[in-house]
Amino acid sequence: MGTENVFAAVALPHLDAAFNLARWLTGSAADAEDVVQEAMVRALTYFPSFRGGSPRAWILQIVRNTAYGALKARRGERLAGHTSLDETGGIEDIPDLADDPERSLILADDLTRIDALIEALPTELRETLVLRELEELSYREIAQVTAVPIGTVMSRLWRARRMLVKAAAEGERR
Amino acid sequence: MSAGHCGKLLLLQAELDGELDAVAVAALAEHRAACPVCRRNQSVILGARQALRRASYHRASPQLMNSVASRMAAQPASPARRRRFLWRELAGFGAGAALAAAIVLTVLPVNHQNLIAALVDDHVRALQPGHLLDVPSTNQHTVKPWFDGKLDFSPPVKNLDSEGFPLLGGRLDYLRGRAVAVLVYSHGKHVVELFVWPASGAVGEPARADRHGYHVVRWTSAGMSLSAVSDAEPAALEEFVRDWQRSP
Repeated sequence: MGTENVFAAVALPHLDAAFNLARWLTGSAADAEDVVQEAMVRALTYFPSFRGGSPRAWILQIVRNTAYGALKARRGERLAGHTSLDETGGIEDIPDLADDPERSLILADDLTRIDALIEALPTELRETLVLRELEELSYREIAQVTAVPIGTVMSRLWRARRMLVKAAAEGERR
Repeated sequence: MSAGHCGKLLLLQAELDGELDAVAVAALAEHRAACPVCRRNQSVILGARQALRRASYHRASPQLMNSVASRMAAQPASPARRRRFLWRELAGFGAGAALAAAIVLTVLPVNHQNLIAALVDDHVRALQPGHLLDVPSTNQHTVKPWFDGKLDFSPPVKNLDSEGFPLLGGRLDYLRGRAVAVLVYSHGKHVVELFVWPASGAVGEPARADRHGYHVVRWTSAGMSLSAVSDAEPAALEEFVRDWQRSP
């Protein structure tokens, strides 16, 4: 029984999650396929150092790092700029908004519009939200995947949610 | 409507994300019911969740599946190995460890066959590059003290060089919920591993088992449970066990 077989049993069940994250990070199906292919090759190489824990978080961590590399190479995206935005302001509650933020998002039921609102979020906020709501990862797993403390995960999640609701409300007012 | 601020925002969010235990949820409940800021914050969190529920989930195409799968070896892993990784996945969550243990006990009845599977799986995993040794040393007087303070017992370490089983070193491993010492010997091109932990049962005669082409011999001696695992010929493994038992 070779390393590849063991690896396949660990990694393949998480291929959808890997592709979903890569697709949300890169914004393109073709780029996401490349990222997943490369990430899986890397994961196979790193596999001997996998010490248990959640295989999904481990795979997604590699996918995420690979995607960041691809993003940087592709358009020299200013990821650092987003990070400073994320790290400077304190945690604020929702500012003045439409009366019912929940309703305003439900009203935005054009699916492509919801995707577009998520895509417009800064990368760090987008990935945190996707990992929480679409992959249903725990705070601890998200912290592992995105290489930040749990406190940062929590504040990013709140920023992501607030920004999404705010953007939806503003879109509605237009 | 004024913005307002509530210091319990992240606590509220953690509750809605299922990250709080029952005690913390109860502690928050009274405040939550009375706090208008919390109510509004909750509707932001749930509103965003509602939106994400209708966002696209991008699944891997069958082509991508095939292409990744074909890069890996074609053979699927054995069911035992899958179970083992399920165990690891469950055990990985510290908070849920007790629950995981309960589940594992239901899924895996504790029996001899499972121990053999666990031993062989560990052995196979250890053979992957960079995994075999925590302390690479051919000297038993280096290997034995290395385990001190890392285990709640002191494993016997023997030099079987002249018997044709040179010591390569040792490592710590985790087997069925306890830390164990693993002594690694070589025999020609083969690796022989000896798993050692304190014996709980009576002293027993050597018991033999095979799994996926690996051979296992288990016995107890001087209060230790010993399990030798290798893909070497069964006769060679028997010889190793005899040499070990004879050696002072």
